[in-house]
Amino acid sequence: MKNTIAERIFDFLKDFPPFDILTKEQLFLIAANVKVVYVEKDRVVFKQKELPHENFYIVKDGAIGLYRTLDLDSILVDICDEGDIFGLRPLVQNDHYLMSAKANEESILYAISVEILKEIIQSNDKVSKFLIASFSTNIKTPYANNNYGQLFANVDTLEGNNTNLSDFQTAEYSKNPITCNKKTSIKEAALIMSSNRVGSILIVENKNPIGIITDKDLRLKIATGLVSIDEKVDQIMSSPVITVSDKITTSEAQIAMLKHKITHLCITKDGTPNSELCGIMSEHDIVVLQGNNPSVLIKELKRAKNIETLRYIRQKTSKLLKGYIEQKIPIIFISNIISEITSALTIKAIELSILEMETKPPVKFGWLALGSQGRKEQLLITDQDNALVFENVFDEDYKTTKDYFISLSKKITNKLNTIGFEYCPANMMASNPKFCLSVNEWKNKFNKWITQPSEKSIMMCTIFFDYDLVYGNKKLVDKISKSIFKSIKSYEIFLNFLGRNALINPPPLGFFRQFLVENDGAHKDQFDIKSKALMPLIDAARLLCLSHNLKNENNTIKRYVNLIDIEPQNKDLYLSCIDAFKILLRFRTEQGLKHNDSGRYIDLKNLSKSEKLKLKGAFKPIKDIQELLNIRYNLSQMM
Amino acid sequence: MFSRIFKRKSYPKYWLDYVEKVSTCEKYYNYESIRFVVLDTETTGFDYENDRMLCIGAVAIKNNKILVTDSFEVYIKQDVFNKETVKIHGIRKNGTETKMSEEEALIAFIEYLDDAVIIAHHTAFDLNMINTALRRINLGPLISKQLDTNYIYKKLSPKNRHNKVFSLDNLCNEYGVTMHDRHTASGDALLTALVFLKLTNQYKKNNALNIFDLVNTNYNLNK
Repeated sequence: MKNTIAERIFDFLKDFPPFDILTKEQLFLIAANVKVVYVEKDRVVFKQKELPHENFYIVKDGAIGLYRTLDLDSILVDICDEGDIFGLRPLVQNDHYLMSAKANEESILYAISVEILKEIIQSNDKVSKFLIASFSTNIKTPYANNNYGQLFANVDTLEGNNTNLSDFQTAEYSKNPITCNKKTSIKEAALIMSSNRVGSILIVENKNPIGIITDKDLRLKIATGLVSIDEKVDQIMSSPVITVSDKITTSEAQIAMLKHKITHLCITKDGTPNSELCGIMSEHDIVVLQGNNPSVLIKELKRAKNIETLRYIRQKTSKLLKGYIEQKIPIIFISNIISEITSALTIKAIELSILEMETKPPVKFGWLALGSQGRKEQLLITDQDNALVFENVFDEDYKTTKDYFISLSKKITNKLNTIGFEYCPANMMASNPKFCLSVNEWKNKFNKWITQPSEKSIMMCTIFFDYDLVYGNKKLVDKISKSIFKSIKSYEIFLNFLGRNALINPPPLGFFRQFLVENDGAHKDQFDIKSKALMPLIDAARLLCLSHNLKNENNTIKRYVNLIDIEPQNKDLYLSCIDAFKILLRFRTEQGLKHNDSGRYIDLKNLSKSEKLKLKGAFKPIKDIQELLNIRYNLSQMM
Repeated sequence: MFSRIFKRKSYPKYWLDYVEKVSTCEKYYNYESIRFVVLDTETTGFDYENDRMLCIGAVAIKNNKILVTDSFEVYIKQDVFNKETVKIHGIRKNGTETKMSEEEALIAFIEYLDDAVIIAHHTAFDLNMINTALRRINLGPLISKQLDTNYIYKKLSPKNRHNKVFSLDNLCNEYGVTMHDRHTASGDALLTALVFLKLTNQYKKNNALNIFDLVNTNYNLNK
């Protein structure tokens, strides 16, 4: 029998963990047995020490405060809002309530029978541990093997497969279409088209498109002498026009054009001819968009002869990134493609610069990408961090060699800047004499950083350790890596310093599970997703890999994958870190694209509830990995 | 065939049971133990004689909780079909919902209703629809106590708004009830139930909550 009410409740529950990991049948059974409870502000749902009700609760609307009373003091322990569950632990453990629950505002709760849940727990082992431990107490989430991938509500849906990328991209179109009204003469219209260098003009009435004239109409109807150029445009316009909404994808647009045998589509506000015109899309726009795919871009890149082409390709890459993010392409795939293009751009910039030098490089050298580019995690355009290493030379040749590479580096960084990678404000670039060094100089530098750790040298390590050879001789880099591990081995306490650095930013959630935001400065009250959420995961992965002598991989996700091989006992924790990192990286990229900035600072007010939940879900592993570092490196004693 | 001849003289058991239960029910004296049935009907139109019910949706409330387990939803086979109202309720003549005859639906509903107090928004309309249908099988009218959220709201509202009629949308907006499944019988029943819970919570701040006073808010029904 149809049950509309239960369906409605099902729709609400299915978005929230743990209900999202239940089967459809199980969740429907729960939904059909819900009791809907309305509580006014300040009404108590249950009291501390009370015997448990037969139901636990999920907040539908409003907010419930959980209070713990000690002697006479009542302390607010947690606030549950939409989608949060409370009052479950005592039911499962047959214990008294340890806290009181009181409505902080008028609320609607769904009361769910624990008996039904118990049945499901018995039949669905996946749900059980996760549910009981992570939702009814504050102990950390048990990363049971079998529920990997389901800790976060969104991983599976995010990582869907999409093979034919450009087909699903939202089509680009011209947002300022050239228009005239129907009383315009054909000659005038042709003049407007010529002066705007377009192949079509739209005829509008009350802002709605009513017809279109293209070059083809002028050729077939005017040049042939069928109609005089002094007639009004409505004599030759094609009408009505085919309209679509701006949400149309490339393939849909193509199909619409083929179906109507036309070359232009009008974009209107609601997609119908009776609404305001907002743009026009031509067959040409689609061809251009299809050119926006990675293999085409790389081909173009290889053919590029000047810096302007590179700049243009970099801009196209940004569009590509936007399309990928909108289409929810897996973040690993996106970051692979974007880093490939970034590397290719850098290589081209280096090649073009070498051509500009009067002589060939005197000795072998290597160009290193640092930081996020070195980790292949750079998605949005950020500033450049790079360094150069050249072969050891005799003292008498040193100066000329170094001068050569510095002037080469200046050309390269200049070109990268033109392409769109801004200069590093801290001057961490190969054009800086401090970072354009011979193999031995680099060895000494790293050795010094490692054996004389200071706050500054540790910071340098976190940036320079993630180096990746983009161009040049790999042997030079291998020598440096080898030397670094030797230094670390002889001075192991360095790892503890690195560990301390990794814990500088505590887990991003406060005691009340609220976000920790910036207290002052330009980004007051905004959430710094880079330093508060991404860096802790990046730092932890680097430290753990260094401790295992792993230097071949810089990418954070791949680092965790390698760590799983070495420490299978921590597999679940590392998997959860990978998930969290993917979610956070995507989130930052989305924010950056949305606000056209680095995406680093997030205004929490602009986030939806589900976005906040998504973020909070990704924070748990940060806390857990930091605990692991704390114990492993005995950091509490160093702090 | 046989039963049809004797219908006027001997009522079917389900009807006698219903009358017996309502007349002897003692729960009304204890508000927490009263079972309320919040209902809504979708119909082919507003003419009691010529239009027909398409769907009855209902959900029960007890002790200030809406019990989703205790809900009711039937779709009725229709002879009368009005394509004009299809766009409001979305129930087509030969739609995919499993449907029963009007009589089967009424029997199921009477059994579900039991000794409950009926709540609806503009109760008179739904009740008239049901009672007219009952008359077609020589039964009725329903003797259950009846409440109307429209009247309870009027009683509570600070200004004298007796002349104004408030729609379910008005009340949902005023009480911040998010509207879903509007114009499905069950969806409207759930919205009405939420409005009722909010109304009674407000009501009991100044009045002791008992069924008799609530019934008195409604001077049109329960005469």
